[in-house]
Amino acid sequence: MFYIFCPYCKEHREEEEFHARGQAHLMRPSDPDNTSDEEWGDYLFFRNNPRGIHHEMWVHSVGCRKFFNITRNTATYEILETYPMGEQPTITAATPDVRHEQGVQVADGGWQTVGARSENKALNEEASS
Amino acid sequence: MSNVCEFNTVPDGNPQVESPMAWSYQQHPAPRANGQAGVVLREKALMGHLVLRGGAIVLDEAVRATLGMNLPAKPNALEHDDSGERSIQWLSPDEWLVIVPGGEEFKLERALREALGDAHFSIVNASGGQTVLTLSGANARDVLMKSTSYDVHPNAFPVGKGVTTVFAKATVVLRRPSEAHWELVVRRSFADYCYRWLLDASAEYGIDTQ
Repeated sequence: MFYIFCPYCKEHREEEEFHARGQAHLMRPSDPDNTSDEEWGDYLFFRNNPRGIHHEMWVHSVGCRKFFNITRNTATYEILETYPMGEQPTITAATPDVRHEQGVQVADGGWQTVGARSENKALNEEASS
Repeated sequence: MSNVCEFNTVPDGNPQVESPMAWSYQQHPAPRANGQAGVVLREKALMGHLVLRGGAIVLDEAVRATLGMNLPAKPNALEHDDSGERSIQWLSPDEWLVIVPGGEEFKLERALREALGDAHFSIVNASGGQTVLTLSGANARDVLMKSTSYDVHPNAFPVGKGVTTVFAKATVVLRRPSEAHWELVVRRSFADYCYRWLLDASAEYGIDTQ
């Protein structure tokens, strides 16, 4: 079971009720007539594919059928927050905690530590000591 | 003369109205329950279903004026009037499902349209598109636990809650009007599938259909 919090239904729902719809916060160029081909191409076709924090648009397709945003870690698949359309994320790749987490590199013990959750850090320390 | 093709929505001869389940009843007669049936399945056939969309504040006023009920503002809330026959359910932040006894829906729709006037709203009569099944009996919850991934424990699913969720491989609106009853609002195209699924899932407890 894998639950996602829907910010409109205000509760956790099973993952099969949701669909991912790609990168969030894409802004249509405000003046398409005077937009260069490169900018327009970027807007239409080119998407970020970061390792770590990514903001994505999801839809609660079996449920309230509303779109909302998820901040997700692409390395650990951890969902850090969900927030309604039109709002800005509180957690970004520039958030100090996230930068700190992503800077931690522990080779032994076999733990994936890039963007790992803080409770996993304790496990790392146990494994390395 | 115009070339508009007209479709007579009120044909002569008073044709018989059929619930979406009519074919299923004919094809899959109810199995005989041996002794005590753990699950009782009934259909609330041919109810009036209206889907209201619009701003909560505007709709709330209109609904209170026409139905005498409050529009449930809380997510996943379900409200009934005093008789228990009419209900309004929250479907999404700007969408509500109103179910009234069959025959009332046209009058209600007209009354709502008059009350709403020029407001930004939409009312869709979905009566022909879906039907209501009720589940009760000692094992009703066991059947639901087998069929849906949604938590149907009384702590998570109190009376007066209704959700749209996955049921078997279909989508249904699952709601709990009273302690003993569960309601499934199923789409017409999935009615036969859901009915047969329920017969199958209830087989081990014994099922009583009408």
